[in-house]
Amino acid sequence: MTRKQRRLTLISLAGVVLASAVGLVLFALSDGITFFTSPSDVLAKPPSVDQRVRLGGLVERGSIVKEADGVVRFAVTDGKATVPARYVGILPDLFREGQGVVAEGKVDGSGLFVADTVLAKHDETYMPKEVVDALKKSGEWRPEDGDGPAPQTVQR
Amino acid sequence: MIVEIGHYALVLALVLALAGGTLPFWGALRGDNRLMAVASTTSVAQFLFVAVSFAALTYAYVVSDFSVQNVVENSHSLKPLLYKISGVWGNHEGSMLLWVLILVLFGALVAVFSENLPLKLKALVLAVQSWISAAFLFFILIASNPFLRLDPAPLQGHDLNPLLQDVGLAIHPPLLYLGYVGCSISFAFAIAALIDGRIDAAWARWVRPWTLTAWCFLTLGIAMGSYWAYYELGWGGWWFWDPVENASFMPWLAATALLHSAIVMEKREALKIWTILLAILTFSLSLLGTFLVRSGVLTSVHAFATDPTRGIFILCILCVFIGGAFSLFAARAGQLSQGGLFAPISREGALVLNNLLLTAACATVLVGTLYPLALEALTGEKISVGAPFFDMTFGPMMVPLLIAVPFGPLLAWKRGDIVAAGQRLLFAFGAAMAVVILGLALMGTPSALALFGVALAVWLMVGALSEIAFRIKLGRVSPAESWRRGAGLPRSAWGTMVAHFGVGVTVLGIVGSTAWNSETIVTLKPGEAVTIGSRTLTMDGFVPISGGTYTGTGVRFTVRQGGNVVATMEPEKRLYTVPNTPTTEAAINTFGFSQLYVSLGDISADGSTVVRVYWKTLIALIWLGALVMTAGGMLSLSDRRLRVGAPKPARRPVAVPAE
Repeated sequence: MTRKQRRLTLISLAGVVLASAVGLVLFALSDGITFFTSPSDVLAKPPSVDQRVRLGGLVERGSIVKEADGVVRFAVTDGKATVPARYVGILPDLFREGQGVVAEGKVDGSGLFVADTVLAKHDETYMPKEVVDALKKSGEWRPEDGDGPAPQTVQR
Repeated sequence: MIVEIGHYALVLALVLALAGGTLPFWGALRGDNRLMAVASTTSVAQFLFVAVSFAALTYAYVVSDFSVQNVVENSHSLKPLLYKISGVWGNHEGSMLLWVLILVLFGALVAVFSENLPLKLKALVLAVQSWISAAFLFFILIASNPFLRLDPAPLQGHDLNPLLQDVGLAIHPPLLYLGYVGCSISFAFAIAALIDGRIDAAWARWVRPWTLTAWCFLTLGIAMGSYWAYYELGWGGWWFWDPVENASFMPWLAATALLHSAIVMEKREALKIWTILLAILTFSLSLLGTFLVRSGVLTSVHAFATDPTRGIFILCILCVFIGGAFSLFAARAGQLSQGGLFAPISREGALVLNNLLLTAACATVLVGTLYPLALEALTGEKISVGAPFFDMTFGPMMVPLLIAVPFGPLLAWKRGDIVAAGQRLLFAFGAAMAVVILGLALMGTPSALALFGVALAVWLMVGALSEIAFRIKLGRVSPAESWRRGAGLPRSAWGTMVAHFGVGVTVLGIVGSTAWNSETIVTLKPGEAVTIGSRTLTMDGFVPISGGTYTGTGVRFTVRQGGNVVATMEPEKRLYTVPNTPTTEAAINTFGFSQLYVSLGDISADGSTVVRVYWKTLIALIWLGALVMTAGGMLSLSDRRLRVGAPKPARRPVAVPAE
């Protein structure tokens, strides 16, 4: 092989690898990402049954019901709208009524949010940024509730 | 007083860094040996002063000096000593100081241990290193000073976030920083070579041990962080594709590529420009990670919430260094001489493939990490990119790489014979196939993906062994002769084998714990039992526990298999008093390489408790594999040729071990 041909082989190999990386990324971006919604969004425009979404808001006071074998029912609210949710598993230690929460899962046919992941705060004074934004949007943001930005969170 | 000494030492270190960044640089441009010689002194002195500063802060933590704001915010007088010390870097300011301490440590090490380095190159390398430390020392002094006093001093501190009160905090950040910041050395070497306009095989030989050292620490740091997350967060997961995890993983991928391309450059003088680019890229990704963690642009378990000025400050440092490095690269790369020729099927070709796939995989991770930020900044739409994205992109990029790994070391330099290499790997292929057939026979029709994964792991492990077996002519000559050959092989060959074997071990752990993971959630009362696989856990009862700053309840379980007691486990619910925070401590028991993992939910007043039990097949192999990879790296680091004083003249044919 001449120097030119060798270089061409290398460049085409690089091209193939790059093209497949770009292809995979584009495919995954259309399929593998999760949109963030608020309870108002879910009620106004329910996502389709097989679409994963992240639902952010506050855990409505008095809404947590614990059933047998780790089944928990609660409601996520942004002050304007409330979405009932169901989760099986162990909730984060800082999951509490009236506090910020982000749940990931799907909305089923009856409008129930079936969560497979629940994220709560990492420490006392922290609230997920998405929740803050959602609350600001619905006009229910009250920093004086003690849910201001965190002075210190976690480094692992 | 001691705190002020620490503060003052930091200011002096900044002055030294400015001197060390300008005088030797000026000397290198003018060819003044005396000015260039200043570099070593300033580098060592910088380290001493930053060390004094770090010691002063540590002292303030140990004696719980609550007149220092940083100590008040992150410590408590009742905390165990280990957590007082590790609390020094459990916050933004202190960890930044640790970051700089490690940066100047590496500078001092280069100054002390590179006697054979040409004076000009050494002066330039240390000058670049000093620019970086000057930038970050300035940042600490202006925007995140850990030595600020409080008046009046409170009587007690706010304590450290309970999640961080763990031995993991003592180990994980220092290891990770040694890796992250260690990449600065190869960056400094790359910039020095570009300024100097000269680069040869000797350069690659000088850079390789530093890259290898950084890579070993980075591997350990990431593995340690993963294990910490696994046992502390109680979700039973070991990797979340959290943006900050990605921030440490991207430099690892780039450093892995750099390690391999530096071999080509050292042995064959090829891929010079590419190697320089990778060295710049690796440290740029480290800086990007620092920015992502500290700027507050991300919401993550890791993120330090900080004021935006800090983010902008780091962004400026990032732009200056990365932008400057790439401009210099664009201006100078064309002047670097061309390297040796090689056929596509050759050791060089295999290493190029390795580099292409690693950097492409790194790019997909970068896209997945930055895309949500870019989308939110541009359209305001919020998305999260999680495991599904990375499974779809990173996974497929890794598969061809892992299949190709055993071929690489078996191909000759310049022109390789892929058929011969394939023949030598027949045994490995047979072993992988045997596993597939065995799996089909034993388990009927399990997931095809899981079987493929296990076969891939076996292929990697047996393939790594095959290469050594071939080189020592195992079975073809007497065992004594094989032994003699084995002892005669360079350590770097053994290092390659061990590291590649470790990759296989990690793959096996990932596949095993993903495919044969079982979990169950039940509500138990004392005396009741839950069965998972062949094991039964009986809840015996509650045990009160208490530590310095917490009290809580432990739940005792007895694990039985076939009627025999095989283990007792005691997961805990803790309540930290300052700040008032509940945490859950999972209990983990290892059986062989597999683990039983028990985590607690709420304990009701009547004693019924939500219990989550996981069985994770072969999961310990994930971290064990990382340890094996690191051992391979260290073995390679001990290779004689990396320590030999004078590098070989570049033109002499490089000795290739007898094949």
